[in-house]
Amino acid sequence: MKTLFFLLEKEFKQLMRNKGVIRTLFIMPAVQLILMPMAADYSVKNIHIAVVDNDHSTYSQKLINKIKSSGYFTLTGYAPSYKEALVLVEQDKADLTLHIPAGFERTLVRENTEKIYVAINAISGTKASLGGAYLTSIMQDFNNQIRLQWLHGTPDNTPQVTVAPYYWYNPFMDYHLYMVPGILVTLITALAAMQSAFNIVAEKESGTIEQINVTPIKKHIFIIGKLLPFLVLATLVFTMGLILARVIYGIVPLGSLVTLYLSLIMYLFAMLGLGLLISTYSNTQMQAMSLAFFFINIFNMLSGVFTSIDSMPLWAQYIVETFPPSHFIKIMRMVVLKGSGLGDITYHLAAMFVIGLVFNTWAVLNYSKRS
Amino acid sequence: MRPVIKTDKLTKRFGAFVAANELTFEVEKGEIFGFLGANGAGKTTAMRMLCGLLMPSSGKATIAGFDVYTQTDQIKRRIGYMSQKFSLYDDLTVTENIRFYGGIYGMEIKEIKAKTLELLAELQLEKEAKTLVRDLPLGWKQKLAFSVSLVHSPDIVFLDEPTGGVDPVTRRQFWDLIYHAADKGVTVFVTTHYMDEAEYCNRVSIMVDGVIAALDSPAKLKKKYGYDNIEDVFYELARKAKRSE
Repeated sequence: MKTLFFLLEKEFKQLMRNKGVIRTLFIMPAVQLILMPMAADYSVKNIHIAVVDNDHSTYSQKLINKIKSSGYFTLTGYAPSYKEALVLVEQDKADLTLHIPAGFERTLVRENTEKIYVAINAISGTKASLGGAYLTSIMQDFNNQIRLQWLHGTPDNTPQVTVAPYYWYNPFMDYHLYMVPGILVTLITALAAMQSAFNIVAEKESGTIEQINVTPIKKHIFIIGKLLPFLVLATLVFTMGLILARVIYGIVPLGSLVTLYLSLIMYLFAMLGLGLLISTYSNTQMQAMSLAFFFINIFNMLSGVFTSIDSMPLWAQYIVETFPPSHFIKIMRMVVLKGSGLGDITYHLAAMFVIGLVFNTWAVLNYSKRS
Repeated sequence: MRPVIKTDKLTKRFGAFVAANELTFEVEKGEIFGFLGANGAGKTTAMRMLCGLLMPSSGKATIAGFDVYTQTDQIKRRIGYMSQKFSLYDDLTVTENIRFYGGIYGMEIKEIKAKTLELLAELQLEKEAKTLVRDLPLGWKQKLAFSVSLVHSPDIVFLDEPTGGVDPVTRRQFWDLIYHAADKGVTVFVTTHYMDEAEYCNRVSIMVDGVIAALDSPAKLKKKYGYDNIEDVFYELARKAKRSE
């Protein structure tokens, strides 16, 4: 235990002295947490639409106005023909084209039906599918209005089924409420796995690890001495993240902080284990960086921050199950948004513990003082 | 007297390559033992096996009476090691380095404090006590590294090319420190490429291609090979080397 004290004393002195580390550990996550949720927004606005109006009638004007006033579309311009509208799509000036054929109003009145054409640029998938959906719903609405007019009735006497959704736990579909806890986890992920690995590998590079290896210091004491400082740092960064989330986004966790911090410690147990494992396989910080990047990239992409795990193929879901961040992100959202307690997250806690146990055991077995 | 280091056919193979081949020698307590050889002759490999950093492939060896295979912990408590690579923490001060290494060898804080004062006085580094090690000149760093390797009062100290890149004056001072340690009964096992340093040793061994080609006191070696300095003896033997780096 006395040895551990000297190790920790040394680690903290070195960390405090290293201005670069403090910058990377605190300022960078803060900047990311402030910028990312504001910039990376899921709700699609500003869909550029090019309109070909070959009818120039009251109805076509009404339809165009309705689209313009929906708030989702920006009219990039009118094109005289479908061909020219497509050029706008090719030049990336428009995401959608809407073609109202000549005689739209006439046919509609006479024959009770008319077709309009929509072409969607599907390069940006989300924009295309959401844009198409928005346009369809606007069109449906437009349809209903016309029908009502012709029926000369009031909305009350037309039987209709409407869906009135209520979004539980996030009633206003506030995007930040959903993203901020997830992004905070990705920041902790990078810190825990990468910095701890770098720190140990730096000792290999400078040769000081040799000097440690000729001392009678116990392997586990050395490892604890290396990982504990990062547990403390990550907890501080996490706390800073919670404070920023509250101040900037007004996010106050509904669940208990004790539950959050307990989960954080379990999560760090797993991720620091990964960092240690990476360090045992790397001789230079470059190698450690490549390995750490590999894991962190996959973790951040697939653990449910940006894409929903439930919509992945089943085999991918099984793989993601072994990623510690996928569990911690779920816990964060459950505790912060729903106010879940320990009882609700037991499965995820246990999963992180098992993964952590595997990483750490593997790392300790692979770490040897003698080659 | 019982030898402090005793090896019997100690061998290290890396695949088909035999880095150290059946090394057999003994080193007495308080002796300064020079371990010479060209680059790649196997010096560092041999030293790393003796320090418990490298598992031998075969053969026997005891350090201070403890077996290198099974009793590495006891060995590590009794040896000091200064590697080729400078191994103090650049971003810690002189005092902090001494404190850290003393601490992980299990010394009491009081003991460490007394030892720190003693070492600083010996190295005349009192004024630099609070200087970061990275700001010290190389020669001072090396002398400090040597003193730190002695902080826990080991029986044996292993020095791997301790004076590489150091000016002649500082090298001389470094050897004064070595003599001082040997006078106090510490056994010194040192590798070097400087032949004038070989002359300072009580006995030297010359390694060629992983085997010990000669082992005796500098005077006897010179007499045996008929040269008036160790440098010529070394050339005579090292020239026969077949493997290069």
